[in-house]
Amino acid sequence: MTTDMPPILQIDNLYKSFDNATILKGVSLRLHQGEIKVLIGPSGSGKSTLLQCINCLTYPDEGEILLDGRVVDRTSKISLCRLRQEVGMIFQDFNLFDHLTALNNITIPLRKVKKIGRREAEKRARLELEQVGLADKTELYPAQLSGGQKQRVAMARALAMDPKALLLDEPTSALDPELIGEVIAVIKNLAARGMTMLMATHQISLIATLANEILFMEQGSIVEQGHPSVLLAPGSNSKSQGFCDRLNELSDGKR
Amino acid sequence: MMEGFSPFYQELFTALNRGLLMSVALILPSAVGGLFIGTAVGSLRVYSGPICRRLGDGYAALFRGTPLVVQLFILYFGLPNIGLYLSPYAAAVIGFILCSGAYQSEYVRGALLSIKRGQYLGAQALGFTGWQTIRSIVLPQAIRRALYGCGNEIIYLIKYSSLAYVVTCMELTGEGKTVATEYFRFTEVFTVIGIYYLGLVTLAMAGLKKIERLLYIPGFGRQ
Repeated sequence: MTTDMPPILQIDNLYKSFDNATILKGVSLRLHQGEIKVLIGPSGSGKSTLLQCINCLTYPDEGEILLDGRVVDRTSKISLCRLRQEVGMIFQDFNLFDHLTALNNITIPLRKVKKIGRREAEKRARLELEQVGLADKTELYPAQLSGGQKQRVAMARALAMDPKALLLDEPTSALDPELIGEVIAVIKNLAARGMTMLMATHQISLIATLANEILFMEQGSIVEQGHPSVLLAPGSNSKSQGFCDRLNELSDGKR
Repeated sequence: MMEGFSPFYQELFTALNRGLLMSVALILPSAVGGLFIGTAVGSLRVYSGPICRRLGDGYAALFRGTPLVVQLFILYFGLPNIGLYLSPYAAAVIGFILCSGAYQSEYVRGALLSIKRGQYLGAQALGFTGWQTIRSIVLPQAIRRALYGCGNEIIYLIKYSSLAYVVTCMELTGEGKTVATEYFRFTEVFTVIGIYYLGLVTLAMAGLKKIERLLYIPGFGRQ
């Protein structure tokens, strides 16, 4: 990881409140090319809000967002659209367009936002669907797909935009347990291809095996950060370890 | 063509066919105009600032809250008092458009409000502008959701177009009533008029079914 290059994403001192409740209290982080950082922490600690603030789906009250070392002007629609094109977002509940087939869910942003021709867009969309193992589902509508398939279409859609980084907001939390595996496989494949990612998740296998850094959030702040081999080492007594142990107990209890 | 009919029926069908043309001439622009105003006002009531929203709400409340006959009387008999003279046909079409638009705006508003926040978020996150989101994501979904309500309103419109005769615009009902009064044969005349309307509504329903089928998306709106 080259640290002399500016980080792809730099977040400085982000604050966000909703109706008197402060959700983010001065969060800062940097995401370099090829890094995978995982946000963990209890529900309500601000992970989703942080991710939504980073690509301005929710406007932060204070703080700066830098893309490739340049401050994003949040008052300019053009720079916001550029930020969102370059930083892809994966949602917990997919947010596929209900009226479009899997293929057209991918072609429509290519054509409308990137202004690519129909034929070119379709070629790209087929390629992306093939990458996530859905080459045979191109003509199906969201209502005809399983949760895991929907999330894979959503990932193909985000990747077709050639983002420099991907934000993932609990990508497996809305899925039935037996469907989680197929989405995890796609995420691991992305990691192997060097995709830069910031991911909120409760999925132990992703936290332990993929993260270059764990960011533990509590009450709107990052209170602990470090490599999983350090934070999750037996006897490290970190908050992250305690949290992951509780997740493990829960999933053991389910079996 | 009508040689086999008695003079009464000959006169009736001649009058009704003339009235049918007038009815269609009333219904078509009113349906299109009503849909247009309904879409515009419905969108304003969802997306615009508080002033436009209140104006839209007020318009819908006024025209849904007063009888159409009263609206037509004011347009045709009331407006001349302030120097505005409308032909019977113009008064009827304007009245129908305003009334239909008020109801259509309600269906459009409901459809727009039913689009989930996730659809906006998904589009925004991909870099869509506000207008692109509305045009490519929200409208195609809202049209499908509004279709049943708007179609229903058009079917109502076909029938309340019969009120045009109260402002002396001679459409189906007006023409028929003249023949009925002349021969004093109300049952037969109004039965035949009813059949004419039934025919018009059946045609409209077939058209709407066709549009529904064209716009069908498997599983859409069932989640």
